[in-house]
Amino acid sequence: MKAGKVEGVIAEFENPAALIKAAEQLRDSGYKKFDCHSPFPIHGMDQAMGEKRSILGWIVGPVAFIMVLAGFLFEGWTSTIAYPLVISGKPLFSYQAYGAVAFALMVLTSALVSLVGMLAINKLPRFHHPVFYSERFNRATDDGFFVSVEAQDERFKEEDTAEFLKSIGGREVELLVAND
Amino acid sequence: MNFDATTYRVSDVKPVMTKALGAGILGLLLTFAGYFLKSDQFFFSYLVAYLFWVSLALGALFLVLLFHLTGTTWGIVLRRILETVIMVLPYLAIFFIPILLGMHHLYHWSHADVMANDPILSRKAGYLNITFFTIRTLVYFAVWYYIAKKLYKTSLEMDNGATPEQVKTLKKVSAPGMILFALTTTFASFDWIMSLYPHWYSTIFGLYFFSGGLVGMLAFLTWFGLYLRKKGLLKDVITVEHYHDLAKMIFGFIIFWGYMGFSQYLLIWYANIPEETVFYLARWQGSWPVITMTIVFGHFVIPFVALLPRSAKRNLKFLSILSLFVLIMHWIDIFWLVMPVLHKSGIRFCILDLTSFFGIGGFFMWLFWKQFSKHPLTPVGDPRFKESLNYKNL
Repeated sequence: MKAGKVEGVIAEFENPAALIKAAEQLRDSGYKKFDCHSPFPIHGMDQAMGEKRSILGWIVGPVAFIMVLAGFLFEGWTSTIAYPLVISGKPLFSYQAYGAVAFALMVLTSALVSLVGMLAINKLPRFHHPVFYSERFNRATDDGFFVSVEAQDERFKEEDTAEFLKSIGGREVELLVAND
Repeated sequence: MNFDATTYRVSDVKPVMTKALGAGILGLLLTFAGYFLKSDQFFFSYLVAYLFWVSLALGALFLVLLFHLTGTTWGIVLRRILETVIMVLPYLAIFFIPILLGMHHLYHWSHADVMANDPILSRKAGYLNITFFTIRTLVYFAVWYYIAKKLYKTSLEMDNGATPEQVKTLKKVSAPGMILFALTTTFASFDWIMSLYPHWYSTIFGLYFFSGGLVGMLAFLTWFGLYLRKKGLLKDVITVEHYHDLAKMIFGFIIFWGYMGFSQYLLIWYANIPEETVFYLARWQGSWPVITMTIVFGHFVIPFVALLPRSAKRNLKFLSILSLFVLIMHWIDIFWLVMPVLHKSGIRFCILDLTSFFGIGGFFMWLFWKQFSKHPLTPVGDPRFKESLNYKNL
C-alpha cells in the first residue's frame, strides 16, 4: 500500500435501524463495494444491502453427490478387485454394507468443502483491510455501527461519497488513508 | 365455506362435511359388503386403511407435543389443525372393533392350538393373547385421549387471552406426554403390525412406524393447508414462510424415516438370522420387490432430491403435488408392511383397499371438520401468535 492513498471512506451511524436505512440507500444509489459493520448480527441486513443468496450450496451439493458415489465405488473396488475376501459367507459385492461408509465420506467431504468454500467466498483469511486505518473503527466490536465504502467501487469519488454518507445521516465521516 | 378474517372462524362447512360423511358411509358399506365375498382380504385391507389414518393422527400428536416442548414460533399458526386431528384420534378406537372381531383372520397367534404347538410361540403366550391385546389397545387409546384432551382444552382456553400458567401447563403435560407417546406408539406398532409375524421381531420397528406416520402427517398438513388456501382460508396466516418450514420438516423426517428403514435392514441383513430375515424374505417373493423398490425410491430418494433446492421448498404448487405423492407413498409403505402376510406370492391390489381407505378417511375428515369449524382455525390467543404470523426464514 502506498502511504497517503485513499482506500475508502467510513461513516458512523446512530443505531442498527439507521444502519439498515443507510445500507438501503447505498444499495439503491448503485454502490456495490460497501460493507456494514456492527457488534452483532442485524436481521434483514442481507436484503438491505442487496446481497444475493450464497452459492455455497451449489458447490457443496455436487461434491456430496460425487463423493457418495466415489465412496460406494471405492468400497466395491476394494472388496471385489483389490482384496476379494469372503466375509460371513456373503457375496464379494455386498453393496448393502457400503451405505454407511459412503455416507460418512459424503458428510466429511461436504463439511470440509463447506468450510473451505465459505472462507474462499468470504475472501478469508486476509490480514488487512482499509477500515483498520480508522481509529474509531475499533468500536465496531463494542458499540459502533459503521458503513464503509471501498475506493474500488465504480461510483466512488472521495468528496462525493463522503458527502453522500453525510446526507444519509452518517456522522464522523472519515477518509481511509493508507498510513503504512 | 365462509371465513371471518377477524375471528378466524369458518362457517358453512356443511358441503365438505356431507361429502366426507358420504364417502365414509359409502366406503365402509362397500368394504363391509366385501367381508361376505373375501373375508381375509376384507380384514387385511381394513387394517391397512386403519393403520394409515391412525399413523397420521399419531404424527399429529407428536408434532403438538414437540411444538410445546421446543417452544416453536413458526408452527403456532398450524397448531389448531394438528390439535383437531389429535381430538379425532380417540374416535378411531371405535374403528378398531372390526380388527378385534377379525383377529383370527389377521393374527395367527390368536389361535390357541397354533400357540400350543409352536415351541417359540408358546413362550410368548403371556403377551400374545386376545385379552391382553385388547387391554393394551384400550390403554393406548386412553393415554392418547388423555394427552390430546388436556392439550386441546388448554389451547382453546388460551383463545380468550392466555396466562403464563397455561403456557406452563402445556409444557408440563407435553414432557411426560412425549415419553408416554413414545412407549404407547412403539407397543402399538408391535401389537398391530409386528405381531402379524409373531416369530419375527425388530426393536427399531416402533420408530419406523412412527417416523412414517410423522412424514405422512407433515405431508397431510402441507396438503391440507394448501387446500384451505385454495378455498381462501388462512391465506395470510399460513404463508410461504410456514410452508417452507413444513417442507424442511418433510425433508428432515424423510431422511429420518430412511435412516430407520436402513438401520433395520442393515442389521438384519448383516446378522443373517433366520427368524429376523423372514420379514425381508417375504417382501422379496414374486412381484413384491417392485413395491419394496418403489418404497426405497418413492419414499426416500425422490422426495429427498426433490426437496433439496430452496426454491422447491417455497414453490406452493410443487409442494401440493409432492405432499400428495408422499402421502401415497406412506400408504404404500403401510401396505408393504401388512399385505405380504396375506398375499405371499406377489402383489395383489383389491378394490377393498380403496373403499376401506375412503371409508375410514371419510369419517376421519367428517369428525375433523366437525371439530375444526367449532373454534378459531388457528390459536389466536397464543402469546406468540403475532410473532408466528410474521415469521420469516433467514
